[in-house]
Amino acid sequence: MVNTKVSLSGLILDNPVLCASGTFGYGYEFAELYDINCLGSFSFKGTTKEPRFGNPTPRIAECPMGMINSVGLQNPGVEKVISEELPRLRRVFHKPVIANIGGFTFEEYTEVASLLDKEEGVGLLEINISCPNVHGGGMGFGTSAQTAAEVTRRVKAVTKKPVYIKLTPNVTDIVSIAKACEDAGADGISMINTLLGMRIDLKRKKPIIANKMGGFSGPAIFPVALRMIYQVYEAVKIPIIGMGGVTSAEDVIEMMLAGASAVQIGAQNLVNPYAAKEIVEALPSVMEKYGIENLASIIGGAHNG
Amino acid sequence: MKQAFFKILSQACIAKDVMKMVLGGDTSEIRVSGGFVNIKIDGLFLRRPISVCDYDDNTLTLIYKIVGKGTEALAKMEAGTELDLLVGLGNGYDLSKSGDAPLLIGGGVGVPPLYKLARQLIAMGKRVSVVLGFNSKCDVFYEDEFRALGAEVRVTTADGSYGTKGFVTDAMGDIDYTYFYTCGPEPMLKAVHKATKTSGQMSFEERMGCGFGACMGCSCKTLTGYKRICKEGPVMEKEEILW
Repeated sequence: MVNTKVSLSGLILDNPVLCASGTFGYGYEFAELYDINCLGSFSFKGTTKEPRFGNPTPRIAECPMGMINSVGLQNPGVEKVISEELPRLRRVFHKPVIANIGGFTFEEYTEVASLLDKEEGVGLLEINISCPNVHGGGMGFGTSAQTAAEVTRRVKAVTKKPVYIKLTPNVTDIVSIAKACEDAGADGISMINTLLGMRIDLKRKKPIIANKMGGFSGPAIFPVALRMIYQVYEAVKIPIIGMGGVTSAEDVIEMMLAGASAVQIGAQNLVNPYAAKEIVEALPSVMEKYGIENLASIIGGAHNG
Repeated sequence: MKQAFFKILSQACIAKDVMKMVLGGDTSEIRVSGGFVNIKIDGLFLRRPISVCDYDDNTLTLIYKIVGKGTEALAKMEAGTELDLLVGLGNGYDLSKSGDAPLLIGGGVGVPPLYKLARQLIAMGKRVSVVLGFNSKCDVFYEDEFRALGAEVRVTTADGSYGTKGFVTDAMGDIDYTYFYTCGPEPMLKAVHKATKTSGQMSFEERMGCGFGACMGCSCKTLTGYKRICKEGPVMEKEEILW
């Protein structure tokens, strides 16, 4: 019997397979298809203080081995998330869930974090300072080490739950930003958010996405995500939740060898709604194939020494 | 919604760049006309949403226009090919509101979802009128099929090469109807919204990520709140639409 258990800042997960924010809603669309309690956990749709419609459509464009989205943090706002979505979520998912928080000001991050801090079913907070699809917020906080550290410090001050900072790859030096978050008290790093990309429609000769650019995700970005996780793992001691183009149990293991303690499935959920379940089910046999008895023991295993 | 594997039984070109594909498989999850399926195509990342034209216990008919890589690949597939589908997607037409004499208005590849709807309404004993709009004679399809169901059918073409010259709204003025159902390009829907005197339901399209409500890629604003075209739609009430 192989052991798939991993831990994120004291939170024990049955397995490291999580679903990424924005690709899994609040879980119940998927719960119609399978028992989502097979997952380690999942990160629910990014939540802001006020309700947001998000960006105009089209919000989606296809790419070779991936897609671009520019949803723009559509969500019903933290009050409704707590009063309506979380009770519904708890009926279908009985493990601690990851709360993903977006914001436009330092105060918004702390306000939403302090409200979600009171929610028993929330196991950890994932602070999104990396959304490429909103102006005047989102990624703006994640592209400088100073503001990333400031968000971390402020959120840490209002919650007892573990705080993971979700980083953008759209920076010159992701390592220095991850280190700044660690120094500011972050319990972990979540990485990577989408890569800023675009497509142009040849018939209209205009960008496909209404907002012109969007976040590129899917299997095409896997090597980029893997490389960044490898680099950040060498620089920080706190755990990393890895994500970016994961589509198989083999990818999960590869990302853990690079340094991830747990791995999120994102875009693949949208094209194969059973993807996360299939990966959870495949994990034990793939572990056996590669001679892995205890999954937690391979975290960062690809590094020297 | 569920995932189901279907086998292509036949495929034929029925108008310019318009293909009709008949598939065999388990259709039990398809419960409404006006819904859609989302098709996995090898080599392409996103599935392709295609509206359901007709279905019975174990066959499914799709009519689609070749507009890009996905539909080009679909059009090349031969009978016997197996396809991975997500079926039972979308909120379809509500038959209970039709009254005695519903009017169905379709434009271009907006015509297919109205076919099963017409079949159902006629089976309920309704007097169904159908107005089909196309650009040109070479684009016209399914006129005879609707007529064979027992519907009164009118066809318009924008260039006047077949049927009444003009748009669907030019051919529906004197029809006496109790309710309407429509599907077509947005400019047509806008014109229909303006020209119709009764309540009705309109079906929309949008670029989708997942097709089942998870990604928020196809959201729109309505007078009754934010809706996902793939989940609360594609069919919406005339009264809730915000242009």
